[in-house]
Amino acid sequence: MKKIEAIIREEKLEAVKKALEESSYFGMTVSEVSGRGKQRGLPLQWRAGEYRVDLLPKLKIELVVLDEDVPVAIDAIIRNARTGNTGDGKIFVLPVDSVVRVRTGDKDEKAI
Amino acid sequence: MPVSSGDTAWLLISSALVMLMTPGLALFYGGMVRRKNILSTLMMSFVALGLVGLLWVLYGYSLSFGSDHAGLIGGLNFLGLSNVGQEPSSVYATTVPQLAFMIFQAMFAIITVALITGAVVERMKFSSLLVFSTLWLTLVYCPVAHWVWGEGGWLFNLGALDFAGGTVVHINAGVSALALALLLGRRRGFPEQAMEPSNLPLVVLGAGLLWFGWFGFNAGSALTAGGLASNAFVTTNISAAMAALTWMTISWLHRRPTVLGTVTGAVVGLVAITPAAGFVSPLAAIPIGGIAAIISYYGMLLLKMKLGMDDSLDVFACHGLGGIWGALATGIFATLAVNAGGADGLLLGNGMQLLKQGVGVVAVGAFAFAASWIIGKLIDVTIGLRVGETEEMLGLDISQHGERAYGGRLR
Repeated sequence: MKKIEAIIREEKLEAVKKALEESSYFGMTVSEVSGRGKQRGLPLQWRAGEYRVDLLPKLKIELVVLDEDVPVAIDAIIRNARTGNTGDGKIFVLPVDSVVRVRTGDKDEKAI
Repeated sequence: MPVSSGDTAWLLISSALVMLMTPGLALFYGGMVRRKNILSTLMMSFVALGLVGLLWVLYGYSLSFGSDHAGLIGGLNFLGLSNVGQEPSSVYATTVPQLAFMIFQAMFAIITVALITGAVVERMKFSSLLVFSTLWLTLVYCPVAHWVWGEGGWLFNLGALDFAGGTVVHINAGVSALALALLLGRRRGFPEQAMEPSNLPLVVLGAGLLWFGWFGFNAGSALTAGGLASNAFVTTNISAAMAALTWMTISWLHRRPTVLGTVTGAVVGLVAITPAAGFVSPLAAIPIGGIAAIISYYGMLLLKMKLGMDDSLDVFACHGLGGIWGALATGIFATLAVNAGGADGLLLGNGMQLLKQGVGVVAVGAFAFAASWIIGKLIDVTIGLRVGETEEMLGLDISQHGERAYGGRLR
């Protein structure tokens, strides 16, 4: 089992969600995060002049999938979150020791 | 003179309108600071309602409007409101109870003290602010109010015009704010670190309340309910409208039409029309507001972005520069046709009036800067002006007031 953590643009959430759903990945946790990459943020306007904000709002999607499903899920995310510009985000894949469904106590593959 | 019920009703309502400007200013300022300092910023303005509201009746009104001493300061004959009652004064607002005139003036003193705080937010110690405000009201505001508005005050005698406080309120506060900001130094991290406004909707609400209250400020300064008040009401609205549109346009030419810029423009337009509201014709408010926005915008750009001065919420650029332009504009656009108690200005061939306005600007500006610097310096070397490094990093809400604005994020 692997956990996929994808940092994406806020405006791409709907498309990514839909694509994952079409591949039958329903469960996910989404949170609002701030972050930065190699680019130096964005200039915003003050009353006169500008200031630079370097931590930009992004969304983080977390989902846990079977090992063999990882390429499909990543592909769905990449296809729908990409614009080709800096700031498209990043995907991390982490090993998961175990999963427990709170309602039933089901474990691992049965609980995903 | 007998009490006029119409004039009294208008002045009491105006007093309440001007009172509302201070919480409005608190929101206007509060929304512009980082989230860890919003409460302390609100408090810096709001506390003036308590502190100055009290000091004013104890001695402030007397020092400003008591019997004249050498044109410089009022006497002690109104101390603790003695001789201030339900009868009109014989010289000020002679158709309303002197109590009504006194409380109207109290609201002006309150907001003037609150205006200064925009320059010192996010780093000034609250206790020191209270000491500064007390000394500043006593040693700067009261004398200047007497010079300009007091019977026998030297600028009053000179014939410098200030309808509703362009000099007494805005130049005075703006210049004093600059002195204090220079003494305090920049906020930690300015200008490299982004100081992002935490709540622009509050800024818009605050600007709206300021605009609303300003009708009491300017039209109330007619001290009568009639044609002059109506003229001041209309010029006030026109100047704010023009300045808001002008600022919006400048920010648009730069990149986007910003909300913060538009509401800032409105406030600057209100500042600039303040001394002129009851001396100029309605359409003169269009150039007064428009030029105010341009001066203030580029002044801000120069002071903050080019020179790196951290007058944090641009009090000097908005109120100092806006007030100076307004005072001079009064000398340019004034006409006796609007107010027989005023004067004709430069455009009607009376260049002397512009000169008198200039004298008022320079005298009040120089006095306010020097006096504020000295008061601030004295506080700095005794109890200190600034919070400690850790307190500043933590934010003034927690370190000065033991509260936070947005608690309970996990229930």
